[in-house]
Amino acid sequence: MKKRLLTLALALVMALSLAACGGNGGGDAQPSGGGDSKPAGDSQPAGDSGASGGTVYYLNFKPEQDPDWQELAKIYTQETGVEVKVQTAASGQYETQLMSEMAKTDAPTLFQVNGPVGLANWKDYCYDLSGSALAGELSSQDFALMDGGSMSGIAYVIETYGLIYNKALLEQVGYSADDIKSFADLKKVAEDITARKDELGFSAFTSAGMDGSSDWRFKTHLANLPIYFEYEADGIGDTDAIKGTYLDNYRAMWDLYINNCTCAPTLLSAKTGDDSVAEFVTEQAVFYQNGTWAYGDVADIGEENLGMLPIYFGVGDEAKQGLCTGTENYWCVNKNAKPEDIQATLDFMYWCVTSDTGLEYLCSGDHMGFVIPFKGNLESTNLLVNIANDYVAQGTTSIKWCFPTMPSEEWKNVLGSALTAYAADQTDANWETVRAAFVDNWAAEKSK
Amino acid sequence: MEKSIKRYFPVFLGPTFLAFLIGFIVPFLMGIYLSLCDFRTVTDAKFIGLGNFVRAFQDGEFAHAFLFTALFTVTTLILINVIAFAVALVLTREIRGTNLFRTVFFMPNLIGGIVLGYVWQLIFNGILARYDLALKISAKYGFWGLVVVICWQQIGYMMIIYIAGLQSIPGDLNEAAEIDGANGWQRLWNVTIPNMMPSITICTFLTLTNGFKLFDQNLSLTAGEPMKQTEMLALNIFNTFYGRVGYQGVGQAKAVVFFVLVVALGLIQLQMTRSKEVQQ
Repeated sequence: MKKRLLTLALALVMALSLAACGGNGGGDAQPSGGGDSKPAGDSQPAGDSGASGGTVYYLNFKPEQDPDWQELAKIYTQETGVEVKVQTAASGQYETQLMSEMAKTDAPTLFQVNGPVGLANWKDYCYDLSGSALAGELSSQDFALMDGGSMSGIAYVIETYGLIYNKALLEQVGYSADDIKSFADLKKVAEDITARKDELGFSAFTSAGMDGSSDWRFKTHLANLPIYFEYEADGIGDTDAIKGTYLDNYRAMWDLYINNCTCAPTLLSAKTGDDSVAEFVTEQAVFYQNGTWAYGDVADIGEENLGMLPIYFGVGDEAKQGLCTGTENYWCVNKNAKPEDIQATLDFMYWCVTSDTGLEYLCSGDHMGFVIPFKGNLESTNLLVNIANDYVAQGTTSIKWCFPTMPSEEWKNVLGSALTAYAADQTDANWETVRAAFVDNWAAEKSK
Repeated sequence: MEKSIKRYFPVFLGPTFLAFLIGFIVPFLMGIYLSLCDFRTVTDAKFIGLGNFVRAFQDGEFAHAFLFTALFTVTTLILINVIAFAVALVLTREIRGTNLFRTVFFMPNLIGGIVLGYVWQLIFNGILARYDLALKISAKYGFWGLVVVICWQQIGYMMIIYIAGLQSIPGDLNEAAEIDGANGWQRLWNVTIPNMMPSITICTFLTLTNGFKLFDQNLSLTAGEPMKQTEMLALNIFNTFYGRVGYQGVGQAKAVVFFVLVVALGLIQLQMTRSKEVQQ
């Protein structure tokens, strides 16, 4: 009896584990989510053996937009009969997944690099897009990623980040956005909120989580500011040896973030991106550093409550400082794919940025809410994008995205670890580690 | 009968051998070849000789990972085997609910490493948060966190092996020793343990190699934080291979070094414990 029970239990466990595996496998192929699903056609596209015979395999970088890409791919298949497969890498795992996918026979035909540094790794795989129909749709040639004379990548989205804030909470403290025009103002407001934290019931900043799902906001996006201001001061666009001229400002900003947030600075290493979003949406904090892509996450607090400020850094003419705008998302077509697949991929990309459905999906705030650097760009319904446009209209200078020139992923990771260590124990010695990770490691990584 | 076995052995051996070939031998040989190459994707490589090995040995992080892993392995090897042996001794006594206890102790083994790592990360951080601390701020926490997780997971497994070993010791040996006036401690030391050497060989071999090869739990529990101080060999290799542009070959070279190391240590350990095994 006992034996039989054991056998039964074992069989059950085995069946469960098998089912779990199967479930995962299915989840990959199945598009997640999908509000306005189109009439379901055959699961096998009718035109599989269609005229051209090519297929598209897109390895998508942005997890936030995965459901939309899945839907768009389905629609495209229904309209044209060309099969489009979209896979999305987990946050922070893109390069890893790309590397293993590229080794397969059915490698991605469409993938992305983050700029010149990313391109260096993949340039042997990039199809020359110059002269393609897609390249003709670009609103400015600045958005093409060139490798010598070859157009290796084309940017497909322009994004903006800053300090997203909750207007209602800010008013509750007795301030408005007009009171914050510089780093000093921001510091004053943040420290005032912290001083009255118990009475107010919320904090100044959401937790600056240093978990892998969130640390890029600081080791990449915030670190962009000292790099940008140094490049501006020196009149350069890239360098082999960064000086770290504005690291003191970086430290001041980081101190402000970690000492005025919802939790003790020692806990930041465990805080995730979701924690941060949750804190912002449930009104536990006023400020949340993130960008236009996060609109879907934060829209819940209501359009009338949502605003975005520049990340004032205490450098230069702060009255003229705008938001941080740029791109690190360049589409590349895999040169080693079959010619018919390359053609199918080019057609798909062109369709995405020219057809009504494609533009709707890419630009509408209900879907991806992108600003795209193509002629067909629609007026956005993404509130954060419109705020960004207002800043440009007011004549502020947007901060360029200089982080694609960061030497390597390794550089960012080392900097992130150093920031985490510093947050837990804010000593000069630990800041020296951050400085070394920023300055010394830049030169070391650039020389590799 | 024998004739038909001779005739049909490819039918029985073939599929397994094929799987072994595809799943082990081919990747293994490819891996050795790739460690001598410069490459981005494994299907597209250029031969460059031993340069990758030179770079691997110059890497200070690799050396640190080796030391950390060695320390971790020694700690867990001792803890797991001592505790598992003790638990096995207790659970071979005639006490109520023995089977229930055995099942409960064994169960952590049924959970995958990644899940285990994340669950324990939540537990540790939940506890540490009370003191405004977190797992990833100190290598010390990371180290002991890993030790706890691995012990929790593997003690049950080793316990099962030890129980099987204990049950196979003929009862008359202990009885005879008892009649000769040996006390409990002497019986354990001079009768039980020598007879348990085959089980000890297996368990120490498993804990040693598991310790060195540990990856999932390391990745999910600490991910090498803070500042790569809790990065173990396997994770270091993974990060080198996947995390750094142009370092794929170096990662592969490290993997070959790692293989040689684990095999060498495993063989030495087998030699050492096997020489102590006794024939019944």
